[in-house]
Amino acid sequence: MKNRLILGIAGLIAGFFLFSCKPQAPESAAIGDAASRVYVAPGKYDEFYNIVSGGFNGQLSVYGIPSGRLIKILPVFSVFPENGYGYSEETKPMLNTSTGFVPWDDLHHVAISTTKGVHDGRWVFANGNNTPRVARVSLRSFRTEEILEIPNSGGNHSSPFITENTEYVIAGTRFSIPMGGKDVPISSYKENFKGSISFIKVDSVEGHMSIAFQLRTPGFNFDLSRAGKGPSHGWFFFSTYNTEQAHTLLEVNASQKDKDFIMAVNWKKAEEYIAQGKGRIEKSNYAHNLYSEKKNSATSTMRNEVKVLDISEFPDIVYFIPCPKSPHGTDVDPTGEYIVGSGKLAATMPVFSFTKMKNAIANKDFEGDFEGIPVLKYESVLHGEVQKPGLGPLHTEFDEKGNAYTSMFVSSEIVKWNVKTLEILDRVPTYYSIGHLSVMGGPTAKPYGKYMVAYNKITKDRYLPTGPELAQSAQLYDISGDKMRLLLDFPTVGEPHYAEAIPASMIQQNSLKFYKIEENEHPYAAKGEGQTRVERKGNEIHVYMTAIRSHLTPDNIEGVNVGEDVYFHVTNLEQDWDVPHGFAVKGANNAEILIMPGETQTLHWKPKSAGVYPFYCTDFCSALHQEMSGYIRISAAGTKTPLKFSTGNIEPPAGAGN
Amino acid sequence: MKKLKLVSRILIAISALLLLSAYFVPLWRILMWAPQYPEGLEMKIWIDNITGDVKIISALNHYIGMRHIEVSMFPEFGYMIYIVAVIIAFGFLVSLINRRYMLVAFAVLLVACGIAALVDFYLWGYDYGHNLDPTAAIIVPGMVYQPPVIGTKQLLNFTAFSGPDVGGWVFIVAGGLAIGVLIFELYSSRKKI
Repeated sequence: MKNRLILGIAGLIAGFFLFSCKPQAPESAAIGDAASRVYVAPGKYDEFYNIVSGGFNGQLSVYGIPSGRLIKILPVFSVFPENGYGYSEETKPMLNTSTGFVPWDDLHHVAISTTKGVHDGRWVFANGNNTPRVARVSLRSFRTEEILEIPNSGGNHSSPFITENTEYVIAGTRFSIPMGGKDVPISSYKENFKGSISFIKVDSVEGHMSIAFQLRTPGFNFDLSRAGKGPSHGWFFFSTYNTEQAHTLLEVNASQKDKDFIMAVNWKKAEEYIAQGKGRIEKSNYAHNLYSEKKNSATSTMRNEVKVLDISEFPDIVYFIPCPKSPHGTDVDPTGEYIVGSGKLAATMPVFSFTKMKNAIANKDFEGDFEGIPVLKYESVLHGEVQKPGLGPLHTEFDEKGNAYTSMFVSSEIVKWNVKTLEILDRVPTYYSIGHLSVMGGPTAKPYGKYMVAYNKITKDRYLPTGPELAQSAQLYDISGDKMRLLLDFPTVGEPHYAEAIPASMIQQNSLKFYKIEENEHPYAAKGEGQTRVERKGNEIHVYMTAIRSHLTPDNIEGVNVGEDVYFHVTNLEQDWDVPHGFAVKGANNAEILIMPGETQTLHWKPKSAGVYPFYCTDFCSALHQEMSGYIRISAAGTKTPLKFSTGNIEPPAGAGN
Repeated sequence: MKKLKLVSRILIAISALLLLSAYFVPLWRILMWAPQYPEGLEMKIWIDNITGDVKIISALNHYIGMRHIEVSMFPEFGYMIYIVAVIIAFGFLVSLINRRYMLVAFAVLLVACGIAALVDFYLWGYDYGHNLDPTAAIIVPGMVYQPPVIGTKQLLNFTAFSGPDVGGWVFIVAGGLAIGVLIFELYSSRKKI
């Protein structure tokens, strides 16, 4: 017994020693004046709007920087019952595709529109990775205004990166596929599978998107891309992997070669060919969805052709730069001279020189070709390699002082280095396993610097545990000094991949407060209580309803039968900031709708059984919000109850059985 | 039949000219703040119109049974343009006809009109604040909502301020000028004796 006790104590002591032998973890807490650096006093505003991708929630979220406070979630590719996006009749067409209504997507990257390489504060572009799509969101209304489906794409990952003046938004396929829906064996990858890069033209006034042309490329995977800027404006750089052209167990089979490629595309040259009428028209079915602010409604139009340039026929459009081991990020520095390739499995990180690349092309300094496309000599394009940067480099962003910051997934850190000297200056841990990072204005020609955010892939113990499924983890760093300093740890929703921040001063003043009722061109709008009515069109009942504090008009509706299609077209008559009204009806199989002041939105409802159903305002609008409700009477199918509607009309009570 | 000095005639003409601004700038303003409206709501009264956040104010006031503020509530908007025109014409006449009794009449007219306007505004405010819809959603026993004529007043969750706007201040300056000229004339004629 005594012996056992001694053994137990010895075990405890041994355990204690083992525990203390565990290597010291790096400093994981913020130090010094971090709290005051991120504190935004009540009633004060953040310095930056941070537009963050939502990943698998298909939305964008907006956070304030430096506070890390979540300000808004705005739906893009996913239905959002909270405001009726994708549920209201007006917004359903936004999610239409060639395969019908697709209510979800995986939103990876964002790009804020630029003019001359710097933010212009007009739009944010976002990619749908699963069902290939690109969206345009207004930074005035914070609403998704347009979604364009991408034909001939197997997954839109290398997107939505933009050229210096937002001439084009890019959509590069992650997966190569047989074009035109060809039914071929998967094992015929090398023979039948092709890659596809879409250049989406952006109208400079309205922002409307259309596919200008597609490049047809050899079959492999496209990962990420960045446009050239300044001297390299006119070029686009794409990272590729699986140049092994494997179609199974890519984990092993796509990691065999020492080098994959960065594909350099001379898009100005491609534009010239298009202007000369080169290329072929291919039939392809894809949806183009546009939201009209005036009509408060989206329309979906099917497009059926696309212009294609097969790069094997136009060899001076494209050059391959060898890049070690399955590069992920390919990032262009603010001067436009340096292109950083992050080989995620490589020991060094190459930095290529645009000037050297131009010379190598002029001197035909090729080491060979890949399916007829010239492959430049690695050494003749290389500016230099960052030695031992860390493990698993993924993405690089830049500050305004000539420094680069690279995220390291495997070693879970950010490494700061000098772009010219390639010297490593500092490193900080992230919690845990960082994916993208974001320096304020990092991808522009004039970064703002100051702050940097790490978007991590593993959260584990950073916040109070919430069962197996956790929020995502982000960290804010101060990068104004020589050393990077951790300031804040904040949870994010969905799975943020990339994010871009823009100074509040560029957005704040232009933010829309409400829609002007006199500009409402919705066909079912009731622009005053005098225009409210209920109309029957065959089996359809159209309720032209208004909402104003604190009543709905009409609020008593009778004469509707089971199985009829009831459309509540609700117009919010308010003309003041932040007075939305909501609308919901018992048993509806969709969601609520939120109607902003001056706007009209429509909820469809198909009653299944007779009875009297309440409906009400769902957004607490006023002192008498709880009174803002009404009833709709549903009679059995075939009943000839006359259609009747009113508000504030008090009738003598009908006798029983009447 | 005392005549006026040249400088007095010029100053009266300026006073009349200043009054012309009444047609181009708001005369009076009412400001309101509430916890929900830190930025404030504003209502501007012009010679023949009422502008600003009138709809929002009306929408809020309907809970306590106050009427919607409409231009048609104010018959004054129909004739104020003529009254002001008469005053201006009178001012010019003073400097043309060049008689002191005319100046006295002009000063009296200006002051009388100012008082009449305030009395009129008070009467409207009394009616607007007292004559409430008995079926209103919120009835606070004993509470009336008469806006202040000049100055600040707390009305439930709102702090209301009422005071001259640009045109009102110009009116005050014009009136002051006329009275000043009259005093100057009286004073200088007494010195001569």
